[in-house]
Amino acid sequence: MAVDRLLPTEEARDLIALTRDFADNELLSRVEAHEKTETYPEGLFASMARVGLLGLPYPEQWGGGGQPYEVYLQVLEELAARWAAVAVATSVQALSIHPVHKFGTPAQQEQWLPEMLAGRLIGGYSLSEPQAGSDAAALICKAEKTETGFRVTGTKAWITHGGIADYYALFARTGEGSRGISCFLGPGHAEGLSFGKPEEKMGLHAIPTTNAFYDGVEFEADRLIGAEGQGLEIAFSALDAGRLGIAACATGLAQAALDAAVDYANERTTFGRKIVDHQGLGFLLADMAAAVDSARATYLDAARRRDAGRPYSRNASVAKLVCSDAAMKVTTDAVQVFGGYGYTRDFPVERYMREAKIMQIFEGTNQIQRLVISRGLSR
Amino acid sequence: MKIVVCVKQVPDTWAEKKLDASKTLDRVSVDNILNEMDEFALEEALQMIAAHSGTVTVLSMGPDSATEAIRKALSMGADGAIHIVDDALKGSCAAVTSLVLAKALERIGDYDLVISGSEASDARTSVVPAMLAERLGIPQVTFVNKVEVDPAAKTLKANRITDDGYQVVEASLPAMISAVEKMNEPRYPSFKGIMAAKKKPVETLSIADLGLEADAVGLSGSWTKVNDSADRPPRSAGTIVEDEGNGGAALVDFLASKKFV
Ligand SMILES: Cc1cc2nc3c(=O)[nH]c(=O)nc-3n(C[C@@H](O)[C@H](O)[C@H](O)COP(=O)(O)OP(=O)(O)OC[C@H]3O[C@@H](n4cnc5c(N)ncnc54)[C@H](O)[C@@H]3O)c2cc1C
Ligand SMILES: Cc1cc2nc3c(=O)[nH]c(=O)nc-3n(C[C@H](O)[C@H](O)[C@H](O)COP(=O)(O)OP(=O)(O)OC[C@H]3O[C@@H](n4cnc5c(N)ncnc54)[C@H](O)[C@@H]3O)c2cc1C
Repeated sequence: MAVDRLLPTEEARDLIALTRDFADNELLSRVEAHEKTETYPEGLFASMARVGLLGLPYPEQWGGGGQPYEVYLQVLEELAARWAAVAVATSVQALSIHPVHKFGTPAQQEQWLPEMLAGRLIGGYSLSEPQAGSDAAALICKAEKTETGFRVTGTKAWITHGGIADYYALFARTGEGSRGISCFLGPGHAEGLSFGKPEEKMGLHAIPTTNAFYDGVEFEADRLIGAEGQGLEIAFSALDAGRLGIAACATGLAQAALDAAVDYANERTTFGRKIVDHQGLGFLLADMAAAVDSARATYLDAARRRDAGRPYSRNASVAKLVCSDAAMKVTTDAVQVFGGYGYTRDFPVERYMREAKIMQIFEGTNQIQRLVISRGLSR
Repeated sequence: MKIVVCVKQVPDTWAEKKLDASKTLDRVSVDNILNEMDEFALEEALQMIAAHSGTVTVLSMGPDSATEAIRKALSMGADGAIHIVDDALKGSCAAVTSLVLAKALERIGDYDLVISGSEASDARTSVVPAMLAERLGIPQVTFVNKVEVDPAAKTLKANRITDDGYQVVEASLPAMISAVEKMNEPRYPSFKGIMAAKKKPVETLSIADLGLEADAVGLSGSWTKVNDSADRPPRSAGTIVEDEGNGGAALVDFLASKKFV
């Protein structure tokens, strides 16, 4: 059953209706096949762009949808309930735009934002390296100054949409220490740039995650975003917003698992009654419903703080933690509700369970979220 | 080019349809949508003006709730709409519907092309387009799955689906065509389109605005009326054929008994 959402405007209600219509037709019909065969959904992001789903949280001035996070995240949630991989890539697309939007010069904004927000350019976000995940400041990929700009050399890892994206928000070292990292708008294809073969992942099969190898790739000077050495600040500022995206994706996934479990529990009978009417199972479903509702409330609270211009970094970390843990628990329990059938690929719940796990890992593991939250508590 | 697209709001294709006390369709208690066939008509019109420039006006007769179907059409890209809404219209038959739509088109005047769906999914008479063209005195090309217009020469050339193939038909403009399913791929409204639709003009007309009297329309004006109706009988239990080596033959016997083979 469709989630009964509290939305601030009629426009937002229309947007959610449009998203549902689009996602029911274009995502639900393709998700099984693409996730099973690990094939990229060609053309899908172009049609999402046409419908206007890729630039939602950015200003209309540049061609964005002008939507508050409160609304944009609920759109992501609806997408994730149909196809987690696509929702995650959509969230990463928004993340990749953040550096230019918030830290770019007017000239850079003019050059890049319209194409990015219209979805004519698909973006990736490239912070992690094989040895630098949680400890992003340990990254070593370097950008040396040249006469015309920078020369980039090194290995980046775990890039969502790697090899497919048209550009990457790339973080590379221009100096020593945590203030020696800079942010660039790297090209999708260039001489000296190659990508590894896609990781063999537990889930999110339809969207590749790859390494990137920079072998002396030349960047023009105007590809530097913000000041030299400002990179880590930019990366973390993007991640605050990105974490909210992941929180919403996790919630959508949990909602899908709950819906599937409730439907099944109302059909399947044992001992002469529907399994939902066995109190032991009914309570399991009740806990799942409570987890989904509280996850949604948590990310929406953080989103509203962001929309109101209030500090929200801690709330974003709480939301990422609460929502992804909820997704893990709810999807695991959904498999339980389906019994043996839940453990097969005939039903989507086993996929949901595999997809939920990553939500606790990327854009800051849940340990790292606790680190952020506890730092705020220490006096 | 000035194109008018006739669109009807209908109960959701999958909804259980019921008659109300006046033996007309209960349009209140169900979810209503834009008749799907009309989306093909609209898409065709939008592609035509993309190629030849011009405007697309949607025309709909229906209760207040039809504004939702009209909004959808506007968010897909139509430029404006005319909504004929009047309590007296309830219960109008196909002949009356075509009368009212014809009056509205006469009021619009300088249209080059009228496009409709070839069937509304609720009443499914398929006759409104033909009746409408007849009243307007313009050529009608119904059940079209392909069309090319030449605005300069004021002609169109269309493929018209028939039971055993298709006919290639030419007509002079202004003309009326009715679109069949799969004629094209109707676009999703974009989010920008939805927002823009709110600012597009929707003219609301009553039957008085069209110079019609109340008794010429609705149940009283209709040429036909529903005397009686019965619910479809519930499905009877099917026949189960046990396959004891003769399953194939038993199936053929069954189909033959129903005159399918
Ligand atoms: C229960 C029931 C009983 C009925 N009884 C009778 C009856 O006894 N006699 C009788 O003649 N009719 C009867 N009707 C049909 C009548 O009410 C039709 O709904 C109406 O005339 C439109 O015809 P249609 O839906 O068959 O349209 P179609 O001819 O199938 O529609 C073709 C196209 O015409 C256009 N169109 C149709 N209606 C409109 C509209 N209102 N506004 C704008 N464009 C439109 C659309 O583009 C549509 O795709 C009955 C309908 C119902 C549901
Ligand atoms: C499918 C997928 C997509 C991804 N997409 C992207 C992307 O688009 N862009 C990008 O830049 N990155 C991406 N990543 C990388 C992801 O963000 C990292 O994997 C993540 O940050 C963890 O880093 P790591 O794998 O190096 O783990 P490590 O940092 O090695 O952590 C290993 C374990 O140690 C724990 N740990 C580490 N430090 C601490 C500490 N201080 N206190 C307590 N526990 C700690 C961690 O929580 C974890 O459990 C993606 C990863 C995956 C799997």
